[in-house]
Amino acid sequence: MTRVFISQDAASLSLGAAKIAKLLRQEAVVRGTDLEIVPTGSRGLFWLEPLVEVETSEGRVAYGPVSPSVLGSLFDADFLSGGEHPLRLGRLEDQPYLARQQRLTFARCGIVNPLSVEDYEAHGGYVGLKRALGLEPQAIVDEIKLSGLRGRGGAGFPTGIKWDTVLHAQADRKYIVCNADEGDSGTFGDRMLMEGDPFSLIEGMTIAGLAVGADKGFIYIRSEYPHAYRTMTEAIEFAAKASYLGPSVMGSGRPFTLETRLGAGAYICGEETSLLDSLEGKRGMVRAKPPLPAVAGLFGKPTLVNNTLSLATVPWIMAHGSQAYADFGMGRSRGTLPIQLAGNVTRGGLIELAFGATLREIVEDFGGGTATGRPLKAVQVGGPLGAYFPASMLDIPLDYEAIAAEKGLLGHGGIVVFDDTVDLSRQARFAFEFCAKESCGKCTPCRVGAVRGVEVMDRIIAGIDPEKNFEVLEDLCTLMTDASLCAMGGLTPLPVMSALTHFPEDFDKAPQVIAAAE
Amino acid sequence: MNKGDRTASWAVRGFGCLTHPKISVASRAQREQSRRNQQYLGEEMPRFGEWDQARAREIIAAHGNLEGPVLPILHALVDEFGYIHEEAIGLVASALNLSRAEIHGTVSFYHDFRREPAGEHVLKLCRAEACQSMNGPQLAREFLNELGIEWGGTTHDGALTVEGAFCLGLCACAPSALYDGEPIGRIDRERLDSVVREARGT
Repeated sequence: MTRVFISQDAASLSLGAAKIAKLLRQEAVVRGTDLEIVPTGSRGLFWLEPLVEVETSEGRVAYGPVSPSVLGSLFDADFLSGGEHPLRLGRLEDQPYLARQQRLTFARCGIVNPLSVEDYEAHGGYVGLKRALGLEPQAIVDEIKLSGLRGRGGAGFPTGIKWDTVLHAQADRKYIVCNADEGDSGTFGDRMLMEGDPFSLIEGMTIAGLAVGADKGFIYIRSEYPHAYRTMTEAIEFAAKASYLGPSVMGSGRPFTLETRLGAGAYICGEETSLLDSLEGKRGMVRAKPPLPAVAGLFGKPTLVNNTLSLATVPWIMAHGSQAYADFGMGRSRGTLPIQLAGNVTRGGLIELAFGATLREIVEDFGGGTATGRPLKAVQVGGPLGAYFPASMLDIPLDYEAIAAEKGLLGHGGIVVFDDTVDLSRQARFAFEFCAKESCGKCTPCRVGAVRGVEVMDRIIAGIDPEKNFEVLEDLCTLMTDASLCAMGGLTPLPVMSALTHFPEDFDKAPQVIAAAE
Repeated sequence: MNKGDRTASWAVRGFGCLTHPKISVASRAQREQSRRNQQYLGEEMPRFGEWDQARAREIIAAHGNLEGPVLPILHALVDEFGYIHEEAIGLVASALNLSRAEIHGTVSFYHDFRREPAGEHVLKLCRAEACQSMNGPQLAREFLNELGIEWGGTTHDGALTVEGAFCLGLCACAPSALYDGEPIGRIDRERLDSVVREARGT
């Protein structure tokens, strides 16, 4: 029976993948053809979705983007044997978009059936955990330290150091918490991974549990991701059935269990301390640090809070060794970065590359320019708290330090492209508006500053006393940066000031014509 | 509505199946079956059950043993009734030995825990940057104007509530939306109109 692979990733579904799978099955019945449809995650080449891949002797042959109207012609072209068709793409691995990538964290995503433990094992899964079970906790932590892995959530804190702190904290109970509250616009890597390769996250968390001495983990998933929540929850059940989770992980006698938890529509819960309060059932208010969550976190116990992609990278590091991972990258940014290219771009998708690729390579070579075909005006890197860069600055390499040097942040690796219709003064206003809506309200610079920011921007946009208001704006931004409790208030000035610095023409709203007439 | 009907109407859409997996007050399969039976009988199925204290107590008790049970309980209540009823706050507080203020604080903090029933269907439109870059704001503004509602509002016939969301993780298929929990990418005016027709059953 011919196996046909169709992604059930939420983004693929949003473009009609479920309908294609259904119609394909019906058409096969009508034609008396035998085929088995295998659900997968997405390969992350979204302009080709819905994508249909067929297993042939020369590998998986892809066709896309497939619409219901072409299904008949696909059968006529004998696509089940890899036949010629205008939508035939050949092996996706040969497409430059994928061939140029270094997929470590996303190696299996889009290839395996996300809910099949056997498929996961067949593609190198659980090799890392097997190795970890034979190591002392300190040896596992050292391996992560040496790999140079840094928190993929955005802060870029060395993961191994965090693990070390939790390992050496004394307590009767410790927790592993996965931060899957991926709220940054332009990012979808966590979602793709959870929907496409959930066992890698489960394995990563299990290894983390062994390393720091925790036997319970929570995965906090935002409620905007219902599909990821369902897939992750089911995957945990399958892993438990296969004894990869439970009272004795792989018969080792060491317990580890996992639970998924659903967020409730609050961006701030992506901040780790706020996330912990939310897990405890409270308002998602940011906690002052110290104490660090690694010392006193969930329910007051030492807690390891890591991003989804950090944890999902752990199995690769344990399986291949820290040096193999550290061999990728540049400077102090080691390994690979799953970049998410989105917004007004021709070829948006998931691009996993060693640190160091330039924005231009991503936006132009991979992305193929704007979707509207108009000139590119700005890219926002790192989500709603990240800077806007102009087309002239596309040669910045994607590296934590290089982007920070340009007063931006790499964040979770999201890049949003804008064409020349964007008005950066509006985007600056939105940055404040977003902060005002989503601030937890604990500290004044963020809670009040964001509201004042919207007001100041409104006056600037209306052309009222620009000189005075620019002064207020800069003063406000300095205050929010210096005095906010967490990154939400502290980094909101970043998109604002980058817009003002790089696109001053968009802020020049003074009614000059009237002034000249006087 | 009798008890059997209410169980049958157990949230079949949206976040209906997102309640904590280990706790099955009525299994998903049972609910699906009841829904199909009702559809077969040609009855119009409400998405949510009417407020019922005893039922709420059952739900709260079913989640009571979780570590940090408040959010799972509140989600389950929204799944069942479509919103957090005023009385629910006291019930949750007393079951967990917390103050009403604490539960009220949690409920009022999160966007998902609505205090009043939504329309029959809910459309979440993304308002974040990636969707802004693809003309999302203008599309949304014209759509809302035509429906005669604002963000969070419900059409006068109660068919559709339109909410804003900050990112649905469908940023490479912008602008995007979630309709009763199902994702829609690259939305345009035509697609939005078809959503309205579907919601109104026309």
